[in-house]
Amino acid sequence: MSAGRPGQRARWRPGAVDWLLLVGLAVFAGYVYYQLRHVLVYRWDWQSVLQFFAYRDEAGEWQQNLLLAGLEATLRIAIFSAILSLVLGLVLALMRVSSRLWPRMVARTYVELVRNTPPLVFLFIFYFFISAQLFPVLGIDRVIAALAESDSALVLWLLGDPRLVENLVVGILCLSCFEAAYVSEVLRAGIESVGKDQREGALAVGLTGTQTMWHVVLPQAVRIVIPALVGQLITLVKDTSIMSIISIQELAFSAQEVAVSTDRVFEVWILVALIYFVICYALSALSRRLELRRAVGR
Amino acid sequence: MVDAVSPDRPLAVELRGVCKWYDEFQALKDIDLQVRQGERTVVCGPSGSGKSTMIRCINRLEEHHGGEIRINGESVELYEARPHLIRQRVGMVFQQFNLFSHMTVVENCCLGPIKALKLGRAEARERAMHYLEKVRIPEQADKYPSQLSGGQQQRVAIARALCMSPQIMLFDEPTSALDPEMIQEVLEAMIALAEDGMTMICVTHEMGFARTVADSVVFMDRGEIVEQAPPSEFFTAPRSERTRAFLDKIL
Ligand SMILES: Nc1ncnc2c1ncn2[C@@H]1O[C@H](COP(=O)(O)OP(=O)(O)OP(=O)(O)O)[C@@H](O)[C@H]1O
Ligand SMILES: [Mg+2]
Repeated sequence: MSAGRPGQRARWRPGAVDWLLLVGLAVFAGYVYYQLRHVLVYRWDWQSVLQFFAYRDEAGEWQQNLLLAGLEATLRIAIFSAILSLVLGLVLALMRVSSRLWPRMVARTYVELVRNTPPLVFLFIFYFFISAQLFPVLGIDRVIAALAESDSALVLWLLGDPRLVENLVVGILCLSCFEAAYVSEVLRAGIESVGKDQREGALAVGLTGTQTMWHVVLPQAVRIVIPALVGQLITLVKDTSIMSIISIQELAFSAQEVAVSTDRVFEVWILVALIYFVICYALSALSRRLELRRAVGR
Repeated sequence: MVDAVSPDRPLAVELRGVCKWYDEFQALKDIDLQVRQGERTVVCGPSGSGKSTMIRCINRLEEHHGGEIRINGESVELYEARPHLIRQRVGMVFQQFNLFSHMTVVENCCLGPIKALKLGRAEARERAMHYLEKVRIPEQADKYPSQLSGGQQQRVAIARALCMSPQIMLFDEPTSALDPEMIQEVLEAMIALAEDGMTMICVTHEMGFARTVADSVVFMDRGEIVEQAPPSEFFTAPRSERTRAFLDKIL
């Protein structure tokens, strides 16, 4: 590994080009500030946007508002989709490395279809297919109805507002089916990068093919691809925003509503961007820590 | 010194007319080999002669395409769908050790017994420590393979195979990937195993090992068994011209 030893960072000495770039950047920032301040005369109004996160009702209690509810939905969709797409992706990856032809073919076809269509198009097809056709056929709509009516605290805690359960579940399923294709590619790459010697070592001590995969190949494959998996997770978090197009009421959807109703376009989207950034940056920081730990552990 | 094996012992491994192809290329041609229980057979021959292919066919890491392979009198065909049952009885040590790099030494040794033999954790660990002591590295039990020297790794690999209590052990050039100063410690572990009466088939070019331990030396060339003889004959009076040429090169 070419990473420097911990605690011994390379010193950065700015050269002439760096100074030039820095000055250029500063001038540009000043120009933008001037434009905003004196030419555009945009009157910032954060307060009216912030109240769309939470506001005090007449009784003086804090109530969550659109944006916070949207953030909550985004987090729910992201977490459940991450789990579901990992499971589906694992199944697809195992199908793709199967020795039998038909699971390989089915998985390959699915992955290629998903990877070679724009997410938006895929989403539309999937949305109308899943929620209009597949749900009634599989009886999932009844499950969702039951979930929505259930007053169990666990369901409420997991899925949130009962009126939006169907909306949420559809979002989770769409996103998972989509992301699973990418997760499966990452996992497959990991599985294929585990050496033949590991596989044969496991077979030689009398494990079956399945045990070999489960106890020797997969644990090593997952270790290898953890950074790539976290990268995919970050993409997944960002991709939740596409769901607004099919009216899944997550953060980007709420932001759009707020932006339209308040006309505070800049403030809303800057805040929302900041929220996505914080989540995604936290994830990549976590991944870097994991990698560092791994590098030290080796 | 290792005692000779009497010829009326039952056969542990028997190959009859075994053939194998890689596409058009015939890697094994009509191989006949008999190994009695407790017998030590050393296999040698030039690179690409099919030594690895032959012993990998015995524990079903490769399939053969003609002839018959019997283990303890049973045809391997009976286990076509469950080759792991054969491998549980026929241990193998590889040239490159093939230790599981994500597991500690003792975990490497326990995996087979726990998953394949369904032993309890404590029992498996006890067994692992027993064999690690046999190969004289119990103190490395909780290290990872990458933290060990090549010789130590290969001894762990031997212990790992022994933890399955195999009836037959296969070795595929176990010392070829080692630095010279580590070869001896691995050979000692193998000699100790031979003294315990293990049935062994060793692909190796360690002729000193062959002389002291083997009951029988097999010379392979171009997919065929050219000559098989007790070491005393094999080294002093080889019958085949090809054997003589090979011995001249390596001795
Ligand atoms: N998976 C494979 N596909 C195609 N050909 C193979 C394969 N494995 C081995 N062979 C060929 O079969 C022949 C025998 O190979 P094998 O590995 O058994 O030789 P070997 O005697 O063990 O040689 P070495 O001393 O180099 O290990 C070689 O010519 C090799 O090229
Ligand atoms: Mg070989």
